[in-house]
Amino acid sequence: MRNMWTIASREYKHYFGTPAAYLVAFMLLVILGIIFYANVVGAMLQQFAPGVQIVLGPLVTLLLFATPAITMRLLADEQRLGTMELLLTAPVKDWELVVGKWLGGFLFMLTIIAITLLYPIYLHQIVDPGIDQGLMVSGYLGVILLTAVLTAIGVAVSSLFSNQIAVFFATLGVYLILWLVGLPSQAMGAMGGPLLKYLDLSEQFYSTFFQGIIDLSSVVYFVSLTALALFLGTISVDSRRWR
Amino acid sequence: MIQVDGLTKDYGPRRAIDNLSFHAEKGEILGFLGPNGAGKTTTMRILTGYMPPSSGKAMVAGYDVVDQSLEVRRRVGYLPETVPLYPDMTVYDYLKFMADLRHLPSAEERVDEALEMVHMEDRADGYIANLSKGMRQRVGLAQALLHSPEVLILDEPTIGLDPAQILDVRNLIRGLAGERTVLLSTHILSEAQQLCNRVLIINKGRIVAEDSPAQLQARLSGAQRVSVTVGGDGDGLVNLVASISGVAGVLSAKGNSLEIETVPGLDVRASVARAIVEAGYDLLELRNIGMSLEDIFIELTRESPAAPEMAESEDLESFEE
Ligand SMILES: Nc1ncnc2c1ncn2[C@@H]1O[C@H](COP(=O)(O)OP(=O)(O)O)[C@@H](O)[C@H]1O
Ligand SMILES: [Mg+2]
Repeated sequence: MRNMWTIASREYKHYFGTPAAYLVAFMLLVILGIIFYANVVGAMLQQFAPGVQIVLGPLVTLLLFATPAITMRLLADEQRLGTMELLLTAPVKDWELVVGKWLGGFLFMLTIIAITLLYPIYLHQIVDPGIDQGLMVSGYLGVILLTAVLTAIGVAVSSLFSNQIAVFFATLGVYLILWLVGLPSQAMGAMGGPLLKYLDLSEQFYSTFFQGIIDLSSVVYFVSLTALALFLGTISVDSRRWR
Repeated sequence: MIQVDGLTKDYGPRRAIDNLSFHAEKGEILGFLGPNGAGKTTTMRILTGYMPPSSGKAMVAGYDVVDQSLEVRRRVGYLPETVPLYPDMTVYDYLKFMADLRHLPSAEERVDEALEMVHMEDRADGYIANLSKGMRQRVGLAQALLHSPEVLILDEPTIGLDPAQILDVRNLIRGLAGERTVLLSTHILSEAQQLCNRVLIINKGRIVAEDSPAQLQARLSGAQRVSVTVGGDGDGLVNLVASISGVAGVLSAKGNSLEIETVPGLDVRASVARAIVEAGYDLLELRNIGMSLEDIFIELTRESPAAPEMAESEDLESFEE
C-alpha cells in the first residue's frame, strides 16, 4: 500500500515538470473553452438557457485523447529507460507498481478535470435560474469514473510497449472498441444484445450519468472495468519476468 | 549468503546459463568473470528476483529467490549493468524515492549516508541527466547501498568508465568488503584479481574454473614466458630464437625485444642466452614473466567446447588500464 503511494506521488509530481503534460492539459482546457463559448453564444442567440451538457459532452470526447497522452509513458518509459529492472528488483509487489502508476496518472487527470469545473460554475452565473446542479454532480461523477477506466486501460497498454507513440495508438484502439461495442446490440436482439449494450463504455455514461441519473449498475461497471484493466496490467508486468 | 544449485535459464531455445552451482560466504567478494554473453547478467537477474530460473535453486541471504522473492529483494542491493536511473530526477530525489520503496525508517539520513559513501554529497541537488557516466555509476551504487544490504550484487560496475573513474569505483567496492557479501561481475581479469577473494570463471553459461586469483595464476604456471631484449635492431632474432629447442613459440616481437613461450616445465633461459650471444647479438635483458590472469583466462575459455566464438576476448585488452 505504501509503495503504491510512493510510486503514485512520484508520477504525479513528474507531470508538473513535464511540458508535454502541461500542453495536454492546456489543449484540453482551451478546446473545451472554445466549444463552450460557441455553445453559449449560440444558445443566447436562440434564446434558450444552455445546460451543463455543453461542457460534459465535449469533455468526455477530449478525455478520450488526453488520457492516453498522459498515461502512455507510465510503464513504457520504465522499459525504455531500463528502470523496470530497478522496480522489479526492489521489494515492491507487481500490483503495487501498476496501481501506483494508475493512481499517479488518475490524480493528474482529476486535477485537469477539476479545472474544467470553472466552465459550469461560470455558466451557473450567466444563466437564469442557474444550471441543474443534480445533473452537474452526476455528470462529473460519471466523468471521474470514466477517467478511472480510461487511465487503467492506459496503464495496462503501457506495460506492453517501450514506445510511447505505440502505446498511445494502441490505447485509443482499445477505447474505440469499448466505445462502439454496443453498436450492433440492436441488430443482435435478445441474443447477447443487452450484454453488448452493458459492456459499451459510451452507453454506460450517456444513458445514465449524462442524463442526471446515478445508476448503481453503471458504477459497478466502471469500477469493475478499472479493476480488470489493472489486474491485466499486473499480469502483463509479471509476465515480463518469464520472458 | 549465496547458495546456487544447478541453476539453468533458457531464453526460448537458447540456454543462457547451464546448471550453475556455486556459493559465496559472508564477507566475501566473489568475482564472476567471463566474456560478454557468458551468462553473468542472467545469473544476477535470477539472484535479485528479476526473473525466475528455468530450473535449479538459488538461496540468497537465507531465502529462496523464487518462493521468497520479496524477502530476497529486501536484503539485496543490486546495481544492474545498465545502471537504471531517472534522468529527469535529482540525485537526492531519486535516492529518496528508492529509500521510500524500501520503507527505510530515516530515509533522509540513509540517503545522505549513501551519498557520502560514494562521495556525491555535493551533487545531491543536480539532475541525473547532467552527470558523467562515472557519477551515474556512483549514484547507482549509492542506490544499491541505501539499505545496508547483506548481499551486494554488482553487474559490471566499471564498464564504460575511464581509467580514473574505474580506480575510483574499485576503491569504493574494496571499501565495502568485510561487512557484506559482494558478488561482482566483470570481463576484466585484473579487476577480478584486484578486488576479489575468489574468482569464478564462467563461459557460455558454464563455470570453467573457480579459485582464488593467486591459485588460478599458479595453476597454469607450468608454461612460462620469457622476455628477451637485445642491443641493436634485432634483425633475424625471431627466427633464431624460434629454432631453439624448448621454445614453444614467439608471442610478440617489437624491434629489439620479444616475448617467447616455453614448453611447459623447461627453463630455456640458459640456452636462449647462449644462442643469442653466439649469434653475435648484445643480450641486454632476459627474464621470466609469469602468465597473467588474462592469459589463463583465454587458456581456460579456449578449452571449453564453444571456443571458436571467443571473439569477445578482444575487448579484454581494450578495457585495461
Ligand atoms: N532477454 C534475453 N532474451 C534472449 N536472450 C538473451 C536475453 N538476455 C540474454 N540473452 C542471451 O543469453 C546469453 C547470456 O547473456 P548475459 O547473461 O547477458 O551474459 P553476460 O552478462 O555475461 O554478458 C547471451 O547469449 C545472450 O545473448
Ligand atoms: Mg552482462
